[in-house]
Amino acid sequence: MTTSPQRRIDVAGLAIALILLALAGLVWWDMSKLQILSPYDLGPKVMPIVVSAGLILLAIGNGISALRGDLPTRESLDWTPIVLILGGLAILIALITLGWGFIIGTAILFAATSTAFGRRAFLVDLLIGAGLALFVYLLLGKLLTLSLPAGPLERLF
Amino acid sequence: MEAFYSLASGLSVAIQPMNLLFALIGVLLGTAVGVLPGIGPALTVALLLPITFKLDPGGSIIMFAGIYYGGMYGGSTTAILINTPGESASMATALEGNKMAKAGRGGPALATAAIGSFVAGTIATLGLTFLAPYLVDIAVSFGPEDYFALMCVAFITVSATFGDSPVRGLTSLFIGLLLGLVGIDILSGQSRLSFGIPELYDNIEVTTLAVGLFAVGEALYVASRRHIEEEKLEPVRGSLWMTKEDWKRSWKPWIRGTLFGFPIGALPAGGAEIPTFLSYSTEKRLTKHPEEFGHGAIEGVAGPEAANNASAAGTLVPLLTLGLPTSATAAMMLAGFQQYGLNPGPLLFAERPDLVWGLIASLFIANGMLLVLNLPLVGLWVRLLAIPQPWLYAGILVFATIGTIAANPSPVELIMLTVFGVLGFLMRRFDFPIAPVVVGLILGPVAESQLRRALSISLGDPMVLLESPISATLLVIALIALILPFVMKGLGRFKAVED
Repeated sequence: MTTSPQRRIDVAGLAIALILLALAGLVWWDMSKLQILSPYDLGPKVMPIVVSAGLILLAIGNGISALRGDLPTRESLDWTPIVLILGGLAILIALITLGWGFIIGTAILFAATSTAFGRRAFLVDLLIGAGLALFVYLLLGKLLTLSLPAGPLERLF
Repeated sequence: MEAFYSLASGLSVAIQPMNLLFALIGVLLGTAVGVLPGIGPALTVALLLPITFKLDPGGSIIMFAGIYYGGMYGGSTTAILINTPGESASMATALEGNKMAKAGRGGPALATAAIGSFVAGTIATLGLTFLAPYLVDIAVSFGPEDYFALMCVAFITVSATFGDSPVRGLTSLFIGLLLGLVGIDILSGQSRLSFGIPELYDNIEVTTLAVGLFAVGEALYVASRRHIEEEKLEPVRGSLWMTKEDWKRSWKPWIRGTLFGFPIGALPAGGAEIPTFLSYSTEKRLTKHPEEFGHGAIEGVAGPEAANNASAAGTLVPLLTLGLPTSATAAMMLAGFQQYGLNPGPLLFAERPDLVWGLIASLFIANGMLLVLNLPLVGLWVRLLAIPQPWLYAGILVFATIGTIAANPSPVELIMLTVFGVLGFLMRRFDFPIAPVVVGLILGPVAESQLRRALSISLGDPMVLLESPISATLLVIALIALILPFVMKGLGRFKAVED
């Protein structure tokens, strides 16, 4: 716990507080559309009211710590690996939506993540990822008979 | 002596070959994930949930418990040999253990950790055996309002009381509670926070949330700060065995660690960090070799390791008798019970004694297996640490995504996984605790149904929460637990003071 000597307003902390406030509003708005069926109690509205009220209080609490600069100090951030991993996930989601199965997408995710962690052998990793995905497909899909999204590659097996 | 009888019948379930096999798979997996940085027992159970859906409930739950215990053993290996502990419960171990490894005493450090874990695990599991029937007897008299109040205590202690910041802990909890609202409300049939998305109508999958927060979030976080620190593996040099002197210095810390770990784990206070650090500071105060502390004192490894294993067993007390998870892994185990339609609590003890006592008995067996796996075979586990980091995390993400779509074959589920991954990343970056989110998602709907049951019995009068003496007492405890960290600013800080 090192609190910085000069206390500055933490912009990211304020953003967190605003997001919590927005979430509280969302829960409240959603709650207001619910119907109460029992004449005695608030039924499905009880929890949303509690959650919404709690989030408002916490938004205030987080806002105060942001204004006082109480948030932990953060190290510098390297964005490239984050973009690579999220990109890999996005490609996987897109390929599954398009019905290409998951082996190709998973192989790309494997290679992208591996690159994000500093390896420079994209093609080799692509093959390793495909092998791993195939192994899991045979294990889960064939042995444990779980349904996995299939595409042209999966249908070969 | 009813407990002995139950335990004996449980033993007959546990020694069935299939259950022994499940226990073995569990402890192997658990040790592996404990050793590997970046994966913990909670994530492993989460990934296995969809796969075990079609297997035998008793066996799967025995396996999950094996993973939990194994993770506690394996975590110490990583803490001692690399300075980065596999999970937060091993942070105290890393302080002295890594120094011992650097001084060429890695072997005795690993040995005292493994034997201490065994001693503590066995004593604490005995504690569980004898305590559980009493708690079940008490729990039978609980009404819905009492259960609700008990869950309030758990919510507060898990999120606010012992963390670094009560505000951030509670924020995590309420995010979990919010996620728990999503979906069709069973009692009224109305959908909440679903926005017309079919995947959201049947609630947010615990698996997707846990895997997103733990696997994707962790991968993003570690990747984003890879340029800052490099991990260094300390080779095991010298003898693996403890000398007579080592034994003499270890056995008391083992016992004291157990005495810290079990009760604190059993209270709905959550987390193994508190007992491990209490044990560490106690050993530091009581030692005859104060000059060694900070340079590799064996007491500083023996005590905390015993404490973290004892608390793992302690956590199972409220989980099995009350259905109350107080750690992320316990929350995932509760999800494991729920996927078979089983609800831990007094009823489960009455209806499925074979399952509950089979599980408890298999914990003793798992403990014995782990001692064998971790003492002579420790060299094998150390090799796991040689897996290159890029492949390790790429593999974790592949299993995370496949596990998620195996549970729910829909791209929307993967989008949610990604969103939760980003959430997990941001929470790590801004130091919000992760476990309260998972506990909130799992326990929130249970607490809600208890509250609404209580309110409908009392015809909507909220005073019912204060009229029951049990509920009123528990709510006062919850209130104190909530206010205390604000009044006493230092409560969660002993963690920081030590390092």
